[in-house]
Amino acid sequence: MLRLLNIEFQKIKYNKSVKVISIIYFVLITFIALIASIEFNFASVNFRVADQGIFNFPFIWHFNTYLAAWLKLFFAIVIVSLVSNEYSYRTLKQNLIDGLSKTEFVLSKFLTVILFAAASTIFVFIVSMILGLIFSDYTEMAIIFRDLDYLLAYFIKLVGFFSFCLFLAVLVKRSAFALGFLFIWWVFEGIFYAILKWGLFKGTEIADTIIQFFPLEAMNNLIKEPFTRLGGVQSIASQVGEDITKSYDVTFLNIAIVSVWTFLFIYWSLVILKKRDL
Amino acid sequence: MNTILTINNLTKKFGPITAVNDLSFTIEKGNVYGILGPNGSGKSTTLGIVLNVVNKTSGEFHWFDGTGTTHEALNKVGAIIEHPNFYPYMSAYQNLELVCKIKGVPTHKISEKLNIVGLEERQHSKFSTFSLGMKQRLAIASALLNDPEILILDEPTNGLDPQGIHQIREIIRTIATQGTTILLASHLLDEVEKVCSHVVILRKGKSLYVGSVENMNASHGFITVKANDMLQLKATLENSNSFTSVKEENDTLVAYLKEPMDAAAINKLCFDKGIALSHLVKRKESLEEQFLELTKNN
Repeated sequence: MLRLLNIEFQKIKYNKSVKVISIIYFVLITFIALIASIEFNFASVNFRVADQGIFNFPFIWHFNTYLAAWLKLFFAIVIVSLVSNEYSYRTLKQNLIDGLSKTEFVLSKFLTVILFAAASTIFVFIVSMILGLIFSDYTEMAIIFRDLDYLLAYFIKLVGFFSFCLFLAVLVKRSAFALGFLFIWWVFEGIFYAILKWGLFKGTEIADTIIQFFPLEAMNNLIKEPFTRLGGVQSIASQVGEDITKSYDVTFLNIAIVSVWTFLFIYWSLVILKKRDL
Repeated sequence: MNTILTINNLTKKFGPITAVNDLSFTIEKGNVYGILGPNGSGKSTTLGIVLNVVNKTSGEFHWFDGTGTTHEALNKVGAIIEHPNFYPYMSAYQNLELVCKIKGVPTHKISEKLNIVGLEERQHSKFSTFSLGMKQRLAIASALLNDPEILILDEPTNGLDPQGIHQIREIIRTIATQGTTILLASHLLDEVEKVCSHVVILRKGKSLYVGSVENMNASHGFITVKANDMLQLKATLENSNSFTSVKEENDTLVAYLKEPMDAAAINKLCFDKGIALSHLVKRKESLEEQFLELTKNN
């Protein structure tokens, strides 16, 4: 396994565009901290976003993982190009001739995905920890380390998403087409949901039950949007007579669904590669 | 003799097209083999199958004694297929480092192999700045990294200038003298003739001949002769029972020998009949002529 990571690291180490995008990606995560500096005056009241409780432990785990997860779209470019380059440089064929097996090839890419996801998770952890220690109203140990399952969900979400990218890149061989396909799939899930929700099963919850098993929706459900959970937003909602009572927890079902998709994507990548004449 | 590769009844179909058709041959240790065949005769496909990048439709092949998997066997094989494939953004040295990691060999081999192909001065230049000849030489160095028992080269001189072709041939000869078995696929007959001791001839995915270059054609060569009285000469040759056929070509006669016979004996035969030859050449068919002869008959 170390050998595979070592091989993959050699490929990445000298690749300028991958390095640049990775650095930008991690810099963007730190930009979450910039939200803290948003400040404006509203009806002669100084309003500071950082004081609205978004950086309070343990809510910060939810808030930061949700925001940082959006940046994964950016990193998808790296994952897709890592795989499609192997086709366009024809180095996949050469790797196999040199003695890498097809299983090892897919595994080396998957390990890279896991490594990137882990690095990103650790990075988000550190950034959130620092922001929290600066701005949080509560800094008791027990509160700081509550709700850390959002970080697990974040990790699973990234691994699932990058595995999807990896599978698409193996499938269509070209980075642009793979990213296009990803977008088309996203649109497809949206349309499919709309048809179910307002067409076939109008007025019921069946559509939501079905759509949660789709890959992108399942990844989306792992970390639910945190905004309606904010104290300010909830009080406004109750004033207009809307009662927001939903669960923001990371559920085992969602983790299981995304894990199964991750397994399928990697397995299918291997099956495609095995069947294909290079 | 040790067998390196055994192929039995191998078949590969791409949709309706049969690229390799019931192909069987074996590669023995220590020889330099040429796989000859026109474009599209299944050379690259066959190599692709035995190197695990193309899936066979039916048939069977195994490396060495057939005990290990193909994946394990590839550790003892060095191969380049078609175009040299490397990561353009890495230097020659970095690319070979990667190959070392894949093959699991120590990196100190790199400079030794770069030396063989004469690239040590350019080892830190990016692969994308290399000329085709240099890329091809780097590919050979890469294939040699694990000190393979067999080196497989697919069209190694394709697209090179005469100087590049010469360099590659010299390298192949050097490697061959060190006892490495070489399998060279090519459609260039003179290339195979210059480098190889054995040939496998393919046509439309079938093998027409497997064996040494000398034994390829059972014929004993042919003579071209000229004399003042061509008619009498032709009659003499036809009556002598030493030739399988006598043909007129331009203003000379071409006669194919039925049995070994040296030029002096032929000269004497004619002189005894009162014919003075003005031209007499005896030679063997070139590989090209033999190849055309073989592919024509099937």
